Amino acid sequence: MPLFDRKDKSRYATFSRRTLLVTGGMGAVFAALAGRLYQLQIINGEEYMTRAEDNRVNQRLLAPLRGRIIDRFGNELATNRRNYRVLLVPEQATEGVGAALRALGRLIVITDHQHERILHDISQNKRFVPVTVAENLDWDDFASINLHLPYLPGIQPDVGETRDYPYGDTMSHVLGYVAAVSPDDLQHDDDPLLDLPGFRIGRRGIEKEFDTEMRGTAGTDRVEVNAYGRVIRELGREPGVPGSDVYLTVDRDVQQFVAKSLGAESAACVVMDVSNGDVIALASTPGFDPNLFNVGITPDQWNALTTNDHNPLLNKALSGVYPPGSTFKPAMALAAVDNGLADLQIVCNGQLTLGNHVFHCWKRGGHGLVDLHKGIQQSCDVFFYEVAKRLGIDKMADAAKKLGLGEPTGIEMPGERAGVMPTRAWKMATYGVPWQQGETLVTGIGQGYVLATPIQLATLAARIASGNKVFPRISRVVGNKVEPRPRIDALPFSVKAIETVQSGMNAVTNDPGGTAYAWRIPNPGFEMAGKTGTAQVRVITRAEREEGVKKDAALPWNLRDHGLFIAFAPVSAPRYACACIVEHGATGHPQVQMARDILLYTQQRDPAKLPTAYPVTAASVQNKA
Amino acid sequence: MTARPYAAYRRTLSIADKLLDINWGLVMLIGVIACVGFAMLYSVAGGHFEPWAGTQIVRFLAGIALLVVVALVDIRVWMSLAYPAYGLALLLLVATTIAGHVGGLGAQRWIELGPLQMQPSELMKISLVMALARYLHGLSVEEVSWPLKLGIPLAMIGIPTLLVLMQPNLGTATILMADGCTLLFLAGLSWWWIVPAVAGVIAAVPVAWQFLHDYQKQRILTFLNPASDALGAGWNISQAEIAIGSGGVAGKGFLQGTQSRLNFLPEKETDFIFTTLGEEFGFVGCIALLLLFAVVIGYGIRIAMSSRSQFGRLLAMGITLNFFFYIMINAAMVMGLIPVVGIPMPLISYGGTAMLTVLFGFGLLMSVHVHRQVEIPRHSAGII
Repeated sequence: MPLFDRKDKSRYATFSRRTLLVTGGMGAVFAALAGRLYQLQIINGEEYMTRAEDNRVNQRLLAPLRGRIIDRFGNELATNRRNYRVLLVPEQATEGVGAALRALGRLIVITDHQHERILHDISQNKRFVPVTVAENLDWDDFASINLHLPYLPGIQPDVGETRDYPYGDTMSHVLGYVAAVSPDDLQHDDDPLLDLPGFRIGRRGIEKEFDTEMRGTAGTDRVEVNAYGRVIRELGREPGVPGSDVYLTVDRDVQQFVAKSLGAESAACVVMDVSNGDVIALASTPGFDPNLFNVGITPDQWNALTTNDHNPLLNKALSGVYPPGSTFKPAMALAAVDNGLADLQIVCNGQLTLGNHVFHCWKRGGHGLVDLHKGIQQSCDVFFYEVAKRLGIDKMADAAKKLGLGEPTGIEMPGERAGVMPTRAWKMATYGVPWQQGETLVTGIGQGYVLATPIQLATLAARIASGNKVFPRISRVVGNKVEPRPRIDALPFSVKAIETVQSGMNAVTNDPGGTAYAWRIPNPGFEMAGKTGTAQVRVITRAEREEGVKKDAALPWNLRDHGLFIAFAPVSAPRYACACIVEHGATGHPQVQMARDILLYTQQRDPAKLPTAYPVTAASVQNKA
Repeated sequence: MTARPYAAYRRTLSIADKLLDINWGLVMLIGVIACVGFAMLYSVAGGHFEPWAGTQIVRFLAGIALLVVVALVDIRVWMSLAYPAYGLALLLLVATTIAGHVGGLGAQRWIELGPLQMQPSELMKISLVMALARYLHGLSVEEVSWPLKLGIPLAMIGIPTLLVLMQPNLGTATILMADGCTLLFLAGLSWWWIVPAVAGVIAAVPVAWQFLHDYQKQRILTFLNPASDALGAGWNISQAEIAIGSGGVAGKGFLQGTQSRLNFLPEKETDFIFTTLGEEFGFVGCIALLLLFAVVIGYGIRIAMSSRSQFGRLLAMGITLNFFFYIMINAAMVMGLIPVVGIPMPLISYGGTAMLTVLFGFGLLMSVHVHRQVEIPRHSAGII
């Protein structure tokens, strides 16, 4: 047999042919691989680049520091304090989570409820994610935990920031409070900050009004994470922009004095600078401690607030509406002077009959001969019935609206109500029936449909005191945004009308026989002018009137009349105006005493303890004469 | 290269002749590819030689020495060692498979020989190619298609494939099957066999499905729809695609890859190393590597074509095809073209057995090259 034959040759030929085929196949495979690379890297490269970036970069939001709220003299009314808290990193708890919590439980109190929540949080997260164990610890507890740290594996002390209101309930209605974000907030606000655990949003008051400004802009912490979500390193940190500080016109000391003066009454008081409308104090009592809402209010505390008949959660200064009663009479007097009734004189015999209806004066037996000055001083109802009858409701409403009634004052706070200043058109639109003349008379003494808020009454007083159309405002500067204030127009009443009313109000407090003479400010140069008011909250029946109207003290608290008082001081050169309302508290005129003390205190805040303008001007001397 | 006239196959070359005749260009090329691998291992370790690149370099240098030694050994010696090598590999494979099943460990791919660990399945890839080349060397084109003579190579392919499948190691089994079948094809298997066989395989796919392990089925299902399990089994595929795709045209730059270094990629230093290349060097880098591979394969084909013995031709093509199938399966796997199977990228992936096996294979290829003029009669059993 030969070593090599034709069969060898033929199989070499076959081999070569088929190798070519196989080579072609391999070439096709390489082309397919190259094509796939082209598709992945060239066509879809950018998309994959984005996904790779998303893969490795986690963006964590950093809560910016919330802006502070500062009073007119630089005192912090709402600030951020350190929040000492304890975190637990399950992965680092070498002896187990249970042991770590037990060890910690020997130092601070961990309730069963907290314990459950902690275990739930741990089960929801990866084992290297820190879980909050306790917050708002005091320094002693926090220090003790730090001291024992070597024996607390997995426990991490941490310092955060939380809102603090050092003045508690005295500022509650001005400042409002911050509380946890609700699902409703998330619907209306797409700020990513709201998703941060533990983020607080402003509710009520300044906290709500300037929430966006004080919130600031979220910082970001970009971290590189691995496939398990563990942080490898920080790529960059943008601290974010802290929220703007809000500077108020409020004077902390006056505010506290006012809150203290109102005491336990269900009351409201607004003190304004008449020259520019700055709100010096705005109080509504009882208040609440805004800190409660931040750290988490207990159901008991919440029930106590909501079931209290003095309504601590209502800011009565803005949201409480009251019949202004006789405090409406200065508005009537202004309209009277400017409508040719300056020299009107009537005889008050205690009542006025219109048709078959009898309208009573508060003073049985009447005031005798009454002119405008005496009408204001002694608050004669019959005189103002007559003025109302002659003016008609629309002229009255016109004057009242010029003084700010019937519409919101526009103070930079949420929840302000408009009150009511009725007109013929208003009644037709609201009730569908025409205006009655009797209603005009009742409106003339501030009863009936007319309703006003304390801030409106303070504005009314400030306008009469200054002769200018001032608007209340409570924020001076937000952040560093200084805006020029709008020019203050003169009040569209004649000077004579304003001076007549001012002198009438001066007589109320400073002339014997005035309704508030007993509560005048005796200190020379600090004198106040004012106007008392009583708002009836019940209907006095004819039968009761014949038997003798019941004294307030004989009635249950919630049926007693509201006591109102508007005032400005000093009389000679008015600087401050004040409206004070004590719900169901007309007896003994506590509101007048409060206003007196408040206005005196406010004036004496002047560093020299001197009246802001002294000696008295010609106007007040003339009135005394 | 001027062919020196060897009058008879009995003539032998001196060691010096052989050393000079080694295709050093191919060795250089292999070195370049291996260096790409070192760079990638250096990168996935976060810019360190530890724990992978350094070890890999040592193994590569040892492998190159092995390559040269293997190249110097006469091709007829390798021919005569073909069956014993196959027998040994089969024995080890049976031992591993049995140990795996008896030990209850499930997947068992390793066997410990003193301090050395090795994968018999890797050994089998080379020895199967050797044994088939040895067997087919003795057959004429017609004889390849004779049923009786065809049964033996089919058994030689089938038995280790089944054993490897039982381990279970789908990737290696596929390569064994592909290597063997392609060699039969190159030896001249009649189209009358090929066409019905291909048709039969296609028909058998549903049956084979039944025999797959659950995890294998899961991989295939996940492959078909990666989004179905984006954080579970689909994770490998989608993260690998993200890594390669995010490289774009020119890549993120050496050591700048984020996917692998942040552990988004499983098996980043072994089976998925190609993704790091794609991420850091982009389209340009990947195509360059594929071109290098293609050139190596071209060398292999040329060596096969220039061999004067059928054993040499089939051995050279078998080694080349084995190398090619590694590349194809690994690249297609990481690019999401085929399901994930455990096949490393030759010369690039970290792994001792694979590196030594590949370089041993290239040693055989070089031996074919060096001994290309040696003619071996059909009925020769080699020397020894």
